Amino acid sequence: MIALTDYLMLGVILFCIGMAGIFLNRKNVITMLMSIELILLSVNFNFIAFSRFLNDSVGQVFVFFILTVAAAESAIGLAILVVLFRQRRTINVTDFNTLKG
Amino acid sequence: MQNVYLWIVLAPLCGAVITGLFGPKIGRSRSHLVAISGVAISFLLSLVVVYQHILNGAAPYDSTVYTWMTIEGICLKIGFLVDNLTAVMICTVTFISLMVHIYTVGYMQDDDGYQRFFSYISLFTFAMLMLVMANNFLQLFFGWEGVGLVSYLLIGFWYKRESAIYASFKAFLVNRVGDFGFLLGIAAVLMACNSIDYAEVFIAAPMIARSTIQIIPGVDWSLMTLICILLFIGAMGKSAQVPLHVWLPDSMEGPTPISALIHAATMVTAGIFMVARMSPLFELSETALSFILVIGSVTALFMGFLGIIQNDIKRVIAYSTLSQLGYMTAALGVSAYPAAIFHLMTHAFFKALLFLGAGSVIIAMHHEQDIRKMGGIWKQMPITWFTFLIGTLSLVGVPGFSGFYSKDSILEAVYASHISSASFAYFSMILGVFVTSFYSFRLYFTVFHGETHIQEHLHETPLVVTIPLILLSIPSVVIGAITIEPLLFDTGFGSSVFVAPDHNVLGHLELVFHNSISFGLHGLIGLPFFLVLAGFGAAFYLYLIKQELPELIKQRFYKIYNVMDHKYFFDEIYQLFFVHCGQKLGTVLWKFGDAGLIDGLLVNGSAQLVVWFASMVRRLQSGYLYTYAFAMIIGLLIFLTWFITTH
Amino acid sequence: MGFEKYMFYLFSCTLIFSAVRVITARNSVHAVLFLVLTFFTSAALWLLIEAEFLAITMVLVYVGAVMVLFLFVVMMLDINVITRGGLIKYLPVGSAVATVIVIEMMLVVTGSGYFNSAKYRFIPHTTDYSNAEELGSILYTFYVYPFEIASIILLVAIIAAISLTLRRRLDTKSQNLNQQIQFSKSNRVQLIKLAAEREPS
Repeated sequence: MIALTDYLMLGVILFCIGMAGIFLNRKNVITMLMSIELILLSVNFNFIAFSRFLNDSVGQVFVFFILTVAAAESAIGLAILVVLFRQRRTINVTDFNTLKG
Repeated sequence: MQNVYLWIVLAPLCGAVITGLFGPKIGRSRSHLVAISGVAISFLLSLVVVYQHILNGAAPYDSTVYTWMTIEGICLKIGFLVDNLTAVMICTVTFISLMVHIYTVGYMQDDDGYQRFFSYISLFTFAMLMLVMANNFLQLFFGWEGVGLVSYLLIGFWYKRESAIYASFKAFLVNRVGDFGFLLGIAAVLMACNSIDYAEVFIAAPMIARSTIQIIPGVDWSLMTLICILLFIGAMGKSAQVPLHVWLPDSMEGPTPISALIHAATMVTAGIFMVARMSPLFELSETALSFILVIGSVTALFMGFLGIIQNDIKRVIAYSTLSQLGYMTAALGVSAYPAAIFHLMTHAFFKALLFLGAGSVIIAMHHEQDIRKMGGIWKQMPITWFTFLIGTLSLVGVPGFSGFYSKDSILEAVYASHISSASFAYFSMILGVFVTSFYSFRLYFTVFHGETHIQEHLHETPLVVTIPLILLSIPSVVIGAITIEPLLFDTGFGSSVFVAPDHNVLGHLELVFHNSISFGLHGLIGLPFFLVLAGFGAAFYLYLIKQELPELIKQRFYKIYNVMDHKYFFDEIYQLFFVHCGQKLGTVLWKFGDAGLIDGLLVNGSAQLVVWFASMVRRLQSGYLYTYAFAMIIGLLIFLTWFITTH
Repeated sequence: MGFEKYMFYLFSCTLIFSAVRVITARNSVHAVLFLVLTFFTSAALWLLIEAEFLAITMVLVYVGAVMVLFLFVVMMLDINVITRGGLIKYLPVGSAVATVIVIEMMLVVTGSGYFNSAKYRFIPHTTDYSNAEELGSILYTFYVYPFEIASIILLVAIIAAISLTLRRRLDTKSQNLNQQIQFSKSNRVQLIKLAAEREPS
C-alpha cells in the first residue's frame, strides 16, 4: 500500500524543485512562472494526500480553490509578462534591475 | 502688619519698574520723583518697623507671603522674617538709599541715562530689602543674586567706557566665585536639615552639630564647619574679603552715588548680615569662626596698607571700605554679632557720607579724581569740607563720634575673645587703627588743605548734593552714642542672633560698660585713641609740613611700594592662574573635545557609520527578484534547521 | 511490491524527471511541454489515490487552459534561445541549499513516524463511491461562499489581464470621459472684445 509519507515526500521534492527553479534561473521569466506552478502543484499533492488519509473531503475542496486561484494568477502573471516584454523587449531576468539599491 | 512689610519691599520695585519702562516717556523730573517717593515710602515704613520691634519690643514676625511650590516637602516660598536685626538693616538700607536717590538728582543731571540710573538704584533697593527680609535661603539667594546683578549693571553704567565694562565683568565674576560657594553651602544646609526655611534649619542645626561628612573618601570633615565655611565663601565674595576682594577697587569705575550706596553701605554688607543671621549655625563651629576671624583681620590690615598709596580719591575710600569690612568680619569671627551689625550701621552712614562728599568734590572739579591735583579747597566748598571732616573723624574712631563706639566695641570684643588666632587678630586690628587714621588724614589733608594745584575757583555744589551730606553727617556723629546701649547690651538683637555661652565676648564687655559717655571718656585714654593721634600727627607731618618726604620714602622703599602698587599682585596671579588656564582649557576642550571628539567622532562619525552601514546593506538590494527569493529561502532553511534541531 | 506501488513509483519518477527538465530546459517551449507532462503525471498519481474529480479537473482546466495559455505566450513572445550563462556559477550553492532543504523537510515528514500512525489510514472506497458527488455535496452547501468568491477572482483575473494588455488602435475614435469631465470654462471659452464694425454702406 502506498503510505502517506510517500506522497508527502513527493510533495517535498516537487516543492524544492520549484524553489530551485526560482533562484537558479537567470535567463527566463517564464521559467519563474512555471516554477510557481510547480510549487502550487506540490501543495496540492499535500492537500490531497492528507484529505484522503484522514477521510475528510475538505482538503480536496481546498485543492479546487487552489487550482482556481493558480489559474487566475498565472493569467495575470502572463499578462504582466507580455506588457513587460513590450516595454523592454527582453525577458531576461538580469535585465530587470532598475530597483537596484 | 504684613502690608507694611510688603510695601517696604514693593515701593522701590514699583519705582524701579515705572522709571525703567516709562522713564523716557514721563521725563526726568517725574522719573526721579517716582523713584525718590518709592524709596521714601520704604524708609518711612521701615521707621515704623523699627518703632514696633526695637522700641516697642514686638515679637519677631515670621510668615509666608507666597508659596511658589513644594517639592518633596521642601517649601519654596517668599516670606518675611522681621525682627530687630532686620529692622536695623532695613532702616539703614532705606535711609542710605534715599540719600543717594536725592544726591543723584544733582550728580547725574548731565547724564543721558538719568532715568535708567534711578531705575537701577531703586531695583537695587528692592533686591537688598528682599535679601534682608528673607525667611528662607531661596529668597536670600534671590536677593543675593539680585544685588550682584544690579551691581554689575551699575558699575558698567557708562557702558561706552572700556574700563567700566572690564570692572563690571570682574565684579560679577568674582562675585560668582563667592556665589558658587554660597550655593554649595545652601545645598549642604538643604541636605543636612532637609529644609531651607530659617526657623526649621535653626531648630535642626544643634542636632547635626556633631555629624561628619566624607567628601573625599576616608577623610572626615565636620558637616557644620563645612556648611559655615561654604556660606562664608559667599560672604567673602559679596563683602570683598581677601582673596575675593579684587573687584571692589575696580568698581569705582561706576558713578559715585553707587559707590556710596552699593559698595560702602549696602551690598557689601550683605555678607556681614548673612553671617549674623546665620549665627545659630556659625556658633556651632569654632573652626569656621576662627577662619572668619583670620580672613577679617588680614583684610582689615593689608587693605589698609594699600589705602596709603592710592592717588584716586575714590580708591582711597574704597580700600578704606575693604578695611572696615575686615573689621566687621573679624567681629563676626569672635561671635560679637551685634557689634558687627552696629559697626555696619555706623559705617554705612559715615562711609556713604565720605563717598558722597568725594562725589561732591569730583563734581566741583569737573570730574577730576586725582588727589595730587587737588588741595586747599576747604574755603571754596565749606559744606563739603565740614561734612567730610566729620566723616573722617567718625571713620578713624575719635571718641564721641559713631565710628568710635562701634570700632572700639569690636576691638574690646576681639581682645576678650579666646578662640584661636584671636591675639593675631587683635594685633592686626590695633595696627589697622593707626593705618586707618594715617590714610584718612592723608586724604583729608591732600584734598582740602595744603597747597592748591587748581587754577580756577571752585563752586560749592548745589543743594541736592549737599543736603544729603548734611543729613548723613548727623547720624555719623550721634547715632553711635545713642544706640550702643540698646543695640549691644539691653535687649538689643535679642533672639535674632544666637551666641554660645563660651563665646559671649559682649557679655564681658557689658560687665564694664556703664553708659556711652563713660565709654567715650574711657576711650580717650585707651590705646586706639593714641594710635589715632599718631596717625593724625604722621599725616600732618608728611603731607602738610614736609611734603617732599613721601616721595623720598617711596623711592627708598621702592620694592615694597611696587608690591603695594600692584595690590599684592592678586590681579596678576588670578590672571595667570585662572584666566590663562581657563582660556587654555577652553581652547583644548574646543579643539579636541568639541570639534574633534564630539563633532568629528560622535556627530560626523555616527553619520559616517550610518553611511558605511548603508553601503553594506545596499548590496542586499540587487534589484533581482531571484536574489530576494533566495534570501527568503535561506530564511526558511534557518527556520527548518532550528525546528529540527530543537524538537 | 503491489501493482499500485509499482505504478506509483513509475509515475513519481516521471514526475520528478519532468519537473527537473522544466527548470533546466534550454528551449522555453520544451520547458512548457515538460510542465504539461508534469501535470499529466500528477493527475495519474491523484487517480491512484482515488481523487478522480480533481485529477480530471487538473487535466481539463489546468493543462487545457493554463498551460495552453503559457504556450501561447511563449510562442508569441518570440524568445531567442539564449545561451545558458550564469547558471554554472550559482549551481553549486543553489543546489546545495535546495538539497539541504529537501533533506530537512524529509526529516520532518518521516522523522517521528507520526504520519504512519493509526490515524492516517488509506481506506479504499466502495465501487459505488462517486468522488464528484461527495465533493459537490459539500462544495455547494458548506463552501458555497468561497465558491462564489472564486468566481469573482476569475472575473477579476479576466478584467485585469485584458486591461493590462489591451492596446488601442490609434485610428479609432472614442470618448475619453475622464478628460471630458475635467475641462472647465477657462479651458474652453475665451471671450474677446471686438469693436463693432460698421457695415459697408
